[in-house]
Amino acid sequence: MKLRRIKAIAVKESLQIVRDPRSLMIALLIPVMQMFMLGYSISLDVKHIPVCAYDREASQRSQDLLARFAASHYFSLKQLSHSYAEIKRDIDDGTCKLAIVIPAGFSQGLSDAGTGSVQALIDGTDSNTANIAANYARAVIAGFASDLQVETIQRESGTVQTLTPVDVQARVWFNEDLESRNFIVPGIVALVMAIVGAQLTSLTIAREWERGTMELLVSTPVKPLELMLVKLLPYFVIGLIDAAICLALAVLWFEVPFRGALATLFFTASLFLIVVLCIGYYVSVAIRSQVGASQIALMLTMLPTTLLSGFTFPIDQMPVVIRGVTYLVSARYYVTILKAVFLKGADVAELAVPIACLFLYAVVLVLLAARAFRKTLD
Amino acid sequence: MFNRIVQLLIKEFLELKRDRSARFRLLVPPMIRMVLFGYAATFEVFNVSTAVLDQDHTQESRALVAAFVNSSRFKVTTVAKTHHEAQDAVGMSDAQVGIIVPPGFAELLRKGQTAPAQILVDGTNSNTALIALGYVGQIAGAFGQGYALDLAQRTGRVLAKPLVNVTVVERYWYNPNLNSRWFFVPGVIATLTLITIVNLTAFAIVREREVGTLEQLLVTPIRPVEFIIGKTLPFFLIGLLEVAIVAGVGMSCFDVPFAGNPLVLFAGTCLFLLSVLGLGLLISTLCSTQQQAFASNFFVLNPMFILAGFAFPISSMPDALQWFTYIDPLRYFLVIIRGCYLKGVGMDVLWPQMLALAALGTGLLTIAALRFRKSLD
Repeated sequence: MKLRRIKAIAVKESLQIVRDPRSLMIALLIPVMQMFMLGYSISLDVKHIPVCAYDREASQRSQDLLARFAASHYFSLKQLSHSYAEIKRDIDDGTCKLAIVIPAGFSQGLSDAGTGSVQALIDGTDSNTANIAANYARAVIAGFASDLQVETIQRESGTVQTLTPVDVQARVWFNEDLESRNFIVPGIVALVMAIVGAQLTSLTIAREWERGTMELLVSTPVKPLELMLVKLLPYFVIGLIDAAICLALAVLWFEVPFRGALATLFFTASLFLIVVLCIGYYVSVAIRSQVGASQIALMLTMLPTTLLSGFTFPIDQMPVVIRGVTYLVSARYYVTILKAVFLKGADVAELAVPIACLFLYAVVLVLLAARAFRKTLD
Repeated sequence: MFNRIVQLLIKEFLELKRDRSARFRLLVPPMIRMVLFGYAATFEVFNVSTAVLDQDHTQESRALVAAFVNSSRFKVTTVAKTHHEAQDAVGMSDAQVGIIVPPGFAELLRKGQTAPAQILVDGTNSNTALIALGYVGQIAGAFGQGYALDLAQRTGRVLAKPLVNVTVVERYWYNPNLNSRWFFVPGVIATLTLITIVNLTAFAIVREREVGTLEQLLVTPIRPVEFIIGKTLPFFLIGLLEVAIVAGVGMSCFDVPFAGNPLVLFAGTCLFLLSVLGLGLLISTLCSTQQQAFASNFFVLNPMFILAGFAFPISSMPDALQWFTYIDPLRYFLVIIRGCYLKGVGMDVLWPQMLALAALGTGLLTIAALRFRKSLD
């Protein structure tokens, strides 16, 4: 390895990147775009669920109950239906996701026996929203019932027979308000780095092959390892800048709590960058065509980072085979680290296992990538 | 005119036949995505890792813990001896939920009073935490009511009349078991069609431009309109085939029901492909190199995918983003394909989506064709 040779090629590479401002812009725009798009649109917080109501009684009580749905910001009362056929139509065409049916004789039953029953018809198509909507609906109705109970007690000035023998006192840690943004945004850092790192590098070598400039590079005295180093170094710097942009947006714009140490974050970011850069490099050496290389790199980095890293979908809910596969996905370790550093404020000691795995991954890939490129033209 | 288009069609299919890597890209990545999405994308909550600390050691406390375990929603991974151990289990991610039954739990219950049970939840994954909390409430509630009733019978005491009790009767339509896969698989079919076909169309034309064969085609007597038809028609047919293949894999692997009319889905797919081809063509007129085409694809397809309501409900997005979703063809096609698969609805319900797709498709194709003619001159 000669510093002079490395410097010469590094100058060439940097010039190439600087003279192609469009690609550079893309590399810096991707984190901003991903952060804003995903940060705002990936919301598992179900709000404003469209509800229609079929009030078969139309009494003071039933109106009270519906007013609670209208007042809750989890629901937005869209429509008053007048028959089951109407409800079916509204759920079919998506006007509402939940229909509340209050039967005739609802308030009569409440006054006489203290019992009533409300029907909740839920569009199960979006299973997750349906599940959460049902939970909220139950809570709204329970609130209605308990207020009514207090009212009744006050009127009869009697004593309370407790209806809730077990009182659940729940305490939520790390993401106290259960904001899905706090859960999603840290993972976007990994996604952005996977895209930028693997995609851009996968194009660089393949482009040289396609344009025929690879022959020129091969004819220079540069060693394969030196070439790899200078090819990847600029993208390593860009990747770290992207990570910093993501971090700044996450903390300053989306107000995600950052409880860990910056050093931990950037140390692990560097490890992950080495992994994705080497994947991109390896693929572009092997495939030699820009389209092919970028597609394969996409399959190897962005796809597993989205699906198999625990970024949005919890790993422990996947089938055993897929769960086994996730151990082979480097992003799995990095996403675990990111979430722990952001929300739990974990330090290096607590994250020893995932960091070790990521480190091992990086070493193996560097070795693989370094051996992949030989100065031959066959 | 017809003859010239046929000639171009033959050329395109020959090219595809000889390009092994293009065929590979057409088939293998969509399959992998289908299988991965089908298996990995789930918001369901089962067997949540749970730490249990029973400080009461009574029949009642054990019954409460058993109620949690028997529900199949929770799985005990840590049996803690001290409060500290339970907290550590949740803090170190060994367990997502901690259930702590404090001493004196049973005594309070036997007296007919309210007994507390402490639940610790790791909120990092807010969705799992929220759903798990819902189950905790349901299970504890059911246990409590069962206990109160049982107690009244055993002691011969008359259970005081519950003053107010409103029950909720829930019915989930179209997906009675709330199976995540039923929601995701049709969406994956739609998304894969979009990504694959836009990529193929855009790259096919840009490559001809880059390699220089586009000029060769232009010196033939073919007219621009014929060229556009000849270039897009193959991808239209491939798109239909792609939907059929991916849908076949999805349905056979994941048992998703198809409740609707295949013809309605076919009509919707055709309309959707208009927009998809228009988009691919439009991107190809904007880019002169494959690398640019790749970047444009990324910047166009990614937002389309995110905004379409594929995994996250549009109604939860901020208003400004919701407006953007109206120009996203995928948004409409998702409604159509899910409507066909799960709800079994027909044209009478889906016509607004069909209309929107037709309008978007003609609009995109017209703009693309106009731009394309200009770029040829």
